[in-house]
Amino acid sequence: MKKRVLTFMLAATMVLGLTACGGNNNNTPADSNASNTNTESNNAANNESSDNATTDNATGETVTTGDKILSVQVGPDPETIDPALNSAVDGGNMLLHSFECLLAVDQDGKLIPGQAESWETSEDGLTWTFHLRDGLKWSDGSDLTANDFVYSWKRVCDPMVAAPYAETVLGMVAGYQDAVAGNLDALQVAAPDDKTFVVTLSNPCSYFGSLAAFATLSPVQQATIDANGDAWATKAETYICNGPFYISEWVPGSHILMSKNTNYWNADAIKLAGIKWNLIEDANAAYSAYQTGEVLMIKDVPTEEIPSLLGNSDFFVDPIIGTYYLSLNLNREPFNDANVRKALSLAIDREYVANTLMQGTYTAAGNFMGPGWIDTDGSQFMDNANGGKPYIDITTHEANVKEAERLLEEAGYANGEGLPSITYSTNDAGYHKVVAEYLQQAWGELGIDLQVEIVEWGSFTPMRRNGDYDSSRNGWVGDYSDPSNMLDLLYSTNGNNDGKFNNAEYDAAMEVSRTTLDAAERSQALHKAEDILMAETGCIPVAYYNDFWLQSEKITGSWHSPYGYWYFMYADIAE
Amino acid sequence: MVKYMIKRILLAVVTVWAVATITFFLMNMVPGGPFLSEKAISPQATAALEAKYGLDKPLLQRYFTYMSDALHGDFGDSLKQRGRTVMSIITMKFPVSARLGGISVLTALCLGIPLGCMAALKRGKFLDSLISVVSTCGIAVPSFVICTLLMYLFGVHLKWLPTMGLSSWKHYIMPVIALAFYPTAYIMRLMRSSMLDVLEQDYMRTAKAKGVSGFWILFKHALRNAILPVVTYVGPMLAYTVTGSFVVEKIFVIPGLGGEFIGAISGRDYTLIMGTTIFLATLIVVMNVLVDLVYKIVDPRIKLK
Repeated sequence: MKKRVLTFMLAATMVLGLTACGGNNNNTPADSNASNTNTESNNAANNESSDNATTDNATGETVTTGDKILSVQVGPDPETIDPALNSAVDGGNMLLHSFECLLAVDQDGKLIPGQAESWETSEDGLTWTFHLRDGLKWSDGSDLTANDFVYSWKRVCDPMVAAPYAETVLGMVAGYQDAVAGNLDALQVAAPDDKTFVVTLSNPCSYFGSLAAFATLSPVQQATIDANGDAWATKAETYICNGPFYISEWVPGSHILMSKNTNYWNADAIKLAGIKWNLIEDANAAYSAYQTGEVLMIKDVPTEEIPSLLGNSDFFVDPIIGTYYLSLNLNREPFNDANVRKALSLAIDREYVANTLMQGTYTAAGNFMGPGWIDTDGSQFMDNANGGKPYIDITTHEANVKEAERLLEEAGYANGEGLPSITYSTNDAGYHKVVAEYLQQAWGELGIDLQVEIVEWGSFTPMRRNGDYDSSRNGWVGDYSDPSNMLDLLYSTNGNNDGKFNNAEYDAAMEVSRTTLDAAERSQALHKAEDILMAETGCIPVAYYNDFWLQSEKITGSWHSPYGYWYFMYADIAE
Repeated sequence: MVKYMIKRILLAVVTVWAVATITFFLMNMVPGGPFLSEKAISPQATAALEAKYGLDKPLLQRYFTYMSDALHGDFGDSLKQRGRTVMSIITMKFPVSARLGGISVLTALCLGIPLGCMAALKRGKFLDSLISVVSTCGIAVPSFVICTLLMYLFGVHLKWLPTMGLSSWKHYIMPVIALAFYPTAYIMRLMRSSMLDVLEQDYMRTAKAKGVSGFWILFKHALRNAILPVVTYVGPMLAYTVTGSFVVEKIFVIPGLGGEFIGAISGRDYTLIMGTTIFLATLIVVMNVLVDLVYKIVDPRIKLK
């Protein structure tokens, strides 16, 4: 009898032992770091006013009155929210609310003062001077000065930090090449006094203002980074920031709770007590949470729900700067023939793809550069392209197919005869597979035998980059609205030039756009580049990206930008 | 017995080493890498990152460095979740999965064993058929279907239970049901068939003939023998359940370890793949050793050699 009891007890202890060890550790943050107690207490002391919000929310229940916490979903756990390291949109959304750069972007996409209240450019376009606001502070209450920007910008170049966007945002700053090689002080950024920040460029960059508003160049606090290393951006206590909100609670895989930063210069304009970012990965889980009202806005809407949501007042579709396109491997036959490329492009019924296959969540693309890209005079780049007409007339599909057949014949492949079998590679996510199946049919009508190859995501990117494919899905979402951000993709030596498009005229036009100081000349060069790209069919644009999301009507005062960001900092929740 | 244990432990160490080695080389054979994204990082930045994490070294050298570090308890930094060590990710997420998994396994045992016995005793009766139907469903229906059904019914439609997180006991109900459903069904079946087997044995008839009361026959003579297959199953099942389920965690938004297994592989987070694999392998091996010990206690006739 005793032994029997023992048996069950042993089995029970096995289970309980594991269960209990779960219970003990669950509520204490892992790795609490003794060296940063100083920062922690500062942070706590300065943010006492927001403590209510934190405790309210710890119960995980819906919003309580008084202290309004906005509960939203923009994606799963961000890989990183270190401004220098982030390269993802969901991380960018969080940085937007916890940090503020020298400049900011308003609801209309215009540059407005951020941490800098004014800025000016020298006549040669090489020196940019930013004047910081009075009394700027970090979320822990310590002073923020121009020297913090000097430290932060140099940090972005640090090879040990290895910031993915370093070259994009600082490549034109004098001394950049030496700085990325390890000599950080070579970077020509200076703080003549606490309130002035001066940047010297090696060549003029008319859109440098947009970069000064780019999250990678947010100021970060040296004290917390010195004390905590890379781990500073993984815990609420050590995540010191300067934006409208700071992180008061972070449970990886569950949520990030941001509370109003009372040290922010414009804190009076912030109505919310906090924002809860629910780190939900599964679209169906997000949708359930939205339906129960636990979350008031979700970015990940299950695609199968879209037909029933279209037309609802809480379902939004809004353009972002980016294009879904196809890359053709120009080093391989038959894609080295521009007529074949053009035929393949014309055979696609873009309206059908965007409106039917992609359920209206994309917009048919007749150009490479879609809505949201801004020309040098501030107007829409697309409106001035090709004399205001789309390069491909998407409304005349039947005529396009006739033209495609003619082009194939001209290339010596009448009715597709003589063309080798082509492989189309894509990963399996969103509408990629549906599009692949459509291409099989559309190109099949030209007499082309298309094999679809589904590649796992982790292998897909290197395969495409190494040029180990015939044709493949591709896409780009812009980082800032200057057209060079996307047109650079087709520059012969660009790391994202997956099709290996190599056109001397195109490269020359892009060179001009980089160096000229004359706005009209620059605009002309950028349009010329797109003209060449479309005439040569260097790639096949299919559709423009949109963001589509569900947002309760209770949320007021928020907006969505063409960069794929939601601005909730000035939002409120209607009762 | 001591000799046997030493042998088992040595074998366990070899097993974990073999798993680690195979995983290390396999994952490096798969194309892709941790620093790739849709937007190309400049070659300089990639080189700097590879140098920082030692990925620029030859594969064999990396293998020996990794193994020696791991032996010293250093599983390295995650390559994707910058600033977190592999150890900190496991110690942060495992407790969440372990608690949920532990409760689920207990639930499965508490339900599965008695129901299985009952089915065996009432063989061919209505109760037996009912339990059979339920257990067949439990084995056949995948967990994501159960999760979705529960979520729709109790979360969205009736609004009785919260749909995400683990912040109160109510939050546990749906994930525990989803996680415990399959093991409960499986244990019921195992229990039923082995119980039927045992009930046919001669010693049962002898016991009955000697006039031992029904309850004691069942509890002392039958259950003890019949439970052995369940013990065999529970060991590894426990290891799998406490390390979290990818599906259940995704659907109920639970910050557990399950998602890390999958996320690490698709993100080519080499150090995290190694860390989670070694962790799971160790757990399974330990469970198997424990199962052997429990065998010995349940059935003293078994000799551990």
